[in-house]
Amino acid sequence: MTDLAAARRAARERGDFLPLRELVPYAAFLDVQITLDNGVPRVRMPFRKSLIGNPALPAIHGGAVAGFMENAALLHLLLLLDERRVPKSIDFSIDYLRSANAVDTWAACEVARQGRRVAQVQIKCWQDEPDRNGAHPGRTRAIALGRAHFLLGDAQEK
Amino acid sequence: MVIDSVDETGARASMPDRPEWLGDTERGLIHTGVITTLVDTVSGLAAVAGAGRFEAIATLDLRMDFLRPARPGKPLHAHAVCYRLTPSITFVRASAWQDDEDEPVAVSQSTFMRSSSPSPALVQR
Repeated sequence: MTDLAAARRAARERGDFLPLRELVPYAAFLDVQITLDNGVPRVRMPFRKSLIGNPALPAIHGGAVAGFMENAALLHLLLLLDERRVPKSIDFSIDYLRSANAVDTWAACEVARQGRRVAQVQIKCWQDEPDRNGAHPGRTRAIALGRAHFLLGDAQEK
Repeated sequence: MVIDSVDETGARASMPDRPEWLGDTERGLIHTGVITTLVDTVSGLAAVAGAGRFEAIATLDLRMDFLRPARPGKPLHAHAVCYRLTPSITFVRASAWQDDEDEPVAVSQSTFMRSSSPSPALVQR
């Protein structure tokens, strides 16, 4: 069994997502976490100070949000599809809706099209909305929308 | 990340090679997210520089086309140019490469919203 197949099995059967993340060092660098919400993957980037891009607000760097969303899409594909290799990014596009606060950032992905050679993934990114006391009671604010194409399967070898 | 130059003609920045930048350990490829982060930064710098005055900007969108794989063991470079400036919006083009600027690993277009007035804190300098 390849590393990828073993990692996917650990994630699907035991809910252990670490082996999958270890296959993508940049995801590990951003400390990207995967959880399941009623069986649907949710990806989280815990806040840390090194993510700050604008200290005046403070806001998380837009490039870090984009990198996180690309990782969310890639991990989503690794988890859902039975690919033998890590899918290759063809393109990525992001619309920024609001600046990202100094809190955890979440993403959820949807595979809008899965062909033999190409998959299209939609990525929604949000944060919890703090109330006046600074608590996070569960209301969310969308901060970015993304979409990405990935090359799959045998098409990658060419 | 190292900012190499910023002026009204554009901005240049580089990213040193690091093992954490990998996205595919089997094939040994740099994660495209690293390239996006570099391009986002250098595009924002070009947007600010292109305005000809210090002002706050907000990124509206950014699109990346990953033309060829980026390999570990060498740095990434990026160059962004503001090619159209309107009172409200700045349009920026960028590319990223490793060995040869004429063989980019990625090209990008982005748009930025300009602030309606110069940032007072920055203008004072």
